[in-house]
Amino acid sequence: MSDLIKKVDQAWLQPSERFIKRRAMRAAFMKAILFGCASLSVLVTLGILYVLLSESWAFFREISILEFLTDTQWTPLFEDAHFGILPLLSATLTVTGVALSFALPAGLILAIYLSEFASNSIRETVKPFLELLEGVPTVVYGYFALLFVTPLLQQLMPNLAGFNLLAPGLVIGIMILPYTTSVSEDAMRAVPNQLREGAYALGFNRMQTAVRVVVPAALSGITAAFVLGMSRAIGETMVVAIAGGQNPNLTFNPTEGAAAIPAYIVQVSMGDLPHDSMGYKTIFAAGLTLFLITLAFNIIGQLLKRRFREVY
Amino acid sequence: MKTANTSFECLLRRTLKRMAILSVSALTLSASAAELIKIDGSSTVYPITEAMAEEFQIAEKGKTRVTVGVSGTGGGFKKFCRGETQIANASRPIKEKERAKCREKGIRFVEIPVAIDALAVLINPKNTWVDHLTIDELKTLYAPESQGKVMNWNQVRSSFPDRPLKLFGAGVDSGTYDYFTKAVVGKEHSSRGDFTASEDDNLLVQGIAKDENAIGFFGYAYYHENKDKLKAVSIVYQGNKAVAPSPETAKSGQYQPLSRPIFIYVSLNKPTDALKRFVQFYLDPKHAKDYVSEVGYVPLPKVAYEKALNNFENEKTGSAFAGGSKIGISIEELLIAKTID
Repeated sequence: MSDLIKKVDQAWLQPSERFIKRRAMRAAFMKAILFGCASLSVLVTLGILYVLLSESWAFFREISILEFLTDTQWTPLFEDAHFGILPLLSATLTVTGVALSFALPAGLILAIYLSEFASNSIRETVKPFLELLEGVPTVVYGYFALLFVTPLLQQLMPNLAGFNLLAPGLVIGIMILPYTTSVSEDAMRAVPNQLREGAYALGFNRMQTAVRVVVPAALSGITAAFVLGMSRAIGETMVVAIAGGQNPNLTFNPTEGAAAIPAYIVQVSMGDLPHDSMGYKTIFAAGLTLFLITLAFNIIGQLLKRRFREVY
Repeated sequence: MKTANTSFECLLRRTLKRMAILSVSALTLSASAAELIKIDGSSTVYPITEAMAEEFQIAEKGKTRVTVGVSGTGGGFKKFCRGETQIANASRPIKEKERAKCREKGIRFVEIPVAIDALAVLINPKNTWVDHLTIDELKTLYAPESQGKVMNWNQVRSSFPDRPLKLFGAGVDSGTYDYFTKAVVGKEHSSRGDFTASEDDNLLVQGIAKDENAIGFFGYAYYHENKDKLKAVSIVYQGNKAVAPSPETAKSGQYQPLSRPIFIYVSLNKPTDALKRFVQFYLDPKHAKDYVSEVGYVPLPKVAYEKALNNFENEKTGSAFAGGSKIGISIEELLIAKTID
């Protein structure tokens, strides 16, 4: 009887070699699958980069980079074709500028309020609502800009064009608000309490503490939030495609309509461009430009974010 | 207000029809796979073909499904000559180059005029200064030489106010663009490049409806649907009196040079019975009369549809247009003209 118990115990406590081997194999297999999933995202990014580069290469063999960057007209589909990215770039930058000039102050004020002033219960109520803004499909934002914000602004500014950069800029500002707010709030909350207590000890009130101590201490994190928000605004497609107009127009005036880079890509993709035609290649050259700009801003944003983490 | 009402009713009716089609096809889907007819091309012809397709699908009780895409006349022909679609909607005749592509792939087709369109020039209803434009003034607006130079209304006519111009127009892949440039600028596919050119006519409607300084052009049907938001400009041609676009002036030939025939091209590359039934349905003079006028175009005379169906059944293939769009050709001339594959 006791022999039997001993045997059973042994079987339990010392698994057979076969079992150990199988377990190791299973672990290795799972690891391989997980690694595959993880590398998939990297591979996809590399694949996109490869397609962008190879198709743009075909474009830049016919159009010099100098012409691409300096020509002030963008009319690739018309008879008198020009391939200057500047009109598209100016619209993209103008929209981004408008978006940031709204999202920067609003996001900062919101973040200061949520991090330094709001009670826990208010913060817990407001944050889900902010995050809800992030969940709205961008096409809805686009029509919101076109059918609601533009007519509203036209009441104030009768000369505002039907398609303009102001309305999509403001709407994109609203769109990136949750993002910039939550990242900068995180940065502010990461500021150690000793700093705040020190400030109070010196006789600062809450406002002074927030503005003179917490914000400067979290500045690199806040900057990162806005740089990341900016790269999101630059790449935003549906809103500018719907409400910004589709006419390449070299202007920094937000009351005029102009095609931004993503809007152009949407517009030409709607017709049926033959593979290998010049119009087809412009999509990739424009896409590459957009990719490089957002990549640059993302890298800067990440660097800033890391820097602020190292401080404490 | 009345127009808003009718366009709403039209929309409602269409939606109901669509739901009917959906439910019918859902019922029959389980019984047998429905036959599919694929159509693509001009946004100008789209409203007619879409109306025909809807009625046809109801008449077939889900036996056949018809899909209608919008990628512009040029885009439509590209797909058509690759054999991807059975019918191409076209707001201009097929071009030499496109015909060659079709020949290469061994795709023979019948050219069928289905209606007359008054290509409309539109402005914002708040625009008080334009009541007519001459073809020369339109040329000033859209000619390639005007690019970056003609930017203000008073450059078009000195009595016009000092206001910035906001130009819109059909996209460069569309037959409407080709026809407009040929009739106005004088050379097909030649215009300035700094205007909002879109294949999406609804976007053009939006753009003009929201901007007092806007002017644009597209097929009459999209004006017909949005009469409360847009104002059509009367056109002066060769010193005659100004003529407003309308089904009547297009039919009588007064609205020159911007009234034009619009087409479907039907592939004879292994035509299915369903395709034949659809073409017969499309060219039934009664259907044509109802659905073509419903969307705002001018139906052809009865004999034209009979002749066209005859051409289809006798496989009279090829195009009657060797040298591109002809300005001011009559339908009867067109249907008996010699055709080239």
